[in-house]
Amino acid sequence: MRSDLDKAPWGLKLAAGAGLLYLFVPLLIIFVYAFTTEEKSFVWPPPGLTLKWFAVTWGRPDVWVALSLSLQVAAVATAIAMVLGTLCAAAVSQTRFFGREMISLLVILPIALPGIITGIALRSAFSMFEIPFSFWTIVLGHATFCVVVVYNNAVARFRRTSGSLIEASMDLGADGFQTFRYVILPNIGTALLAGGMLAFALSFDEVIVTTFTAGQQQTLPLWMLEELIRPRQRPVTNVVAMVVVLVTFLPILLAFYLTRDGDQVAGAGK
Amino acid sequence: MSAEAADTGAILPQRGGLSGRLSDLFWKRPGLLVFLMLTPPVLWLGIVYLGSLFTLLIQSFYSLDEFSGLVIPEFTFKTYAELLRPSNFDIIMRTVVMAALVTLASAIIAFPIAYMAARYARGKWKALFYLGVMLPLWSSYLVKVYAWKLILAKEGILTWLFEVLHITPILDAILAIPVIGGNSLSVSYIGTFLVFVYVWMPYMILPTQAALERVPINLTDASSDLGGNPWQTFRHVIFPLALPGIIAGSIFTFSLTLGDYIIPQIVGSSRLFIGQAVYTQQGTAGNIPLAAAFTVVPIVIMGFYLWMAKRQGAFDAL
Repeated sequence: MRSDLDKAPWGLKLAAGAGLLYLFVPLLIIFVYAFTTEEKSFVWPPPGLTLKWFAVTWGRPDVWVALSLSLQVAAVATAIAMVLGTLCAAAVSQTRFFGREMISLLVILPIALPGIITGIALRSAFSMFEIPFSFWTIVLGHATFCVVVVYNNAVARFRRTSGSLIEASMDLGADGFQTFRYVILPNIGTALLAGGMLAFALSFDEVIVTTFTAGQQQTLPLWMLEELIRPRQRPVTNVVAMVVVLVTFLPILLAFYLTRDGDQVAGAGK
Repeated sequence: MSAEAADTGAILPQRGGLSGRLSDLFWKRPGLLVFLMLTPPVLWLGIVYLGSLFTLLIQSFYSLDEFSGLVIPEFTFKTYAELLRPSNFDIIMRTVVMAALVTLASAIIAFPIAYMAARYARGKWKALFYLGVMLPLWSSYLVKVYAWKLILAKEGILTWLFEVLHITPILDAILAIPVIGGNSLSVSYIGTFLVFVYVWMPYMILPTQAALERVPINLTDASSDLGGNPWQTFRHVIFPLALPGIIAGSIFTFSLTLGDYIIPQIVGSSRLFIGQAVYTQQGTAGNIPLAAAFTVVPIVIMGFYLWMAKRQGAFDAL
């Protein structure tokens, strides 16, 4: 192999390293602040370190309520997005038809347009048709922009899965459902799971669309936004911030492990 | 797939059972299967998303009665004319300029990371680069904004760092710059800009990297064999081939900056961006038509942007 890391020009290495540092340092800072004894302001370096605020946060019911709503919304929105995204990806990747490009544009649009547009559009539709805010109004918004994550993962995997596998299965006498169960699903399964996890992370973190569709309810990001604008107990916010970072790392790491061997999918060498 | 062959002379006899007959039907008429598969997602996105966009669009043609504060549901261009008022037009210009600057800075910072990951990183390093981009990208948006508040605040980390390095006058000089400066970095445009770049830049890395990975190494080799220096190779070979990826990434950085109202609210001065204007108009001011008209601005800009990007082949790089 003629191109390895050592041969990179030092200027490039420096620029890439600095870029990665810029991405990572702010996240690490959150971890330090979760332990600080400073209660009122953002003083750096921390005057002392304590574990006290973890216990205080644990005892706060409002945090638990917000967390539970966020988890429920993310679970339902992910389930809907997985069904819709997979169906769409299967149709778009396996065949060519009129309007195919329009469909992929339609799927991308909810994230290609600023989130505030999705938010206020839903809000205006809810008020026009007099739909009251509920758990489902939040889910409605979240599922809409989560579809694209599942779709992207599934489309990439469908493209790598050879169509001849499906034909072979059918030629060998399997019906469509058997082919789906024993040939298609094992091939796209990990990509779907990865897409689902990313969709979950996306929904769990969403704040802009949610502000318009939640009414009086509070998801965890909405709780945090409230704390950022009108701080009540800053150390609690610090602890929640750190926990949120740790919790979102898990699905991302898992999604990474599930898709990294994507090149070895059966039929990839067509 | 050869549906015609199945139509004209079936090799297998008809399959029994409901699932068997359905399979035969879909095999003979693949169009039907595609139609059935597409119906749920298209209905969902069509009704929930496009439907809402449409109601929003309608409302932008209504107007607000200035005395009663009620929305008059009659077709008018009055609200759009309000957008051209100096105070509103400033908001639009300010947001577009910020979005353009953020996109440009993102492209510049993202390129070395993407190039390193695509061209040189292998095995363990490749995984490290991937996670190095994905973890910050997928980490909580609000936590990231919060972290920057801690960094930029008056008593925060940057102030401390400048003090430790004994270069506080430099910070003061930066803060004294009119328009973009302020009392502290966390209430200045410089701060807003830094946070915008931080939060949206990862969206630039991934498409750029994808485009760079498709640049054949023998093209760069050929360029240097023919006497091109590294800069010329970059300028005439690598950059043009990476451009669709950069444009694809810019769709996200530009669009996300255009609509954000939380970052400028938490880190920034009191002068509004489009997102904040939309939020206050629909919320405290209760002027839904003006809020709707404001959102049409990013829709039109992004519509144009997406059309340009498509012509550049950026959609293949998404």
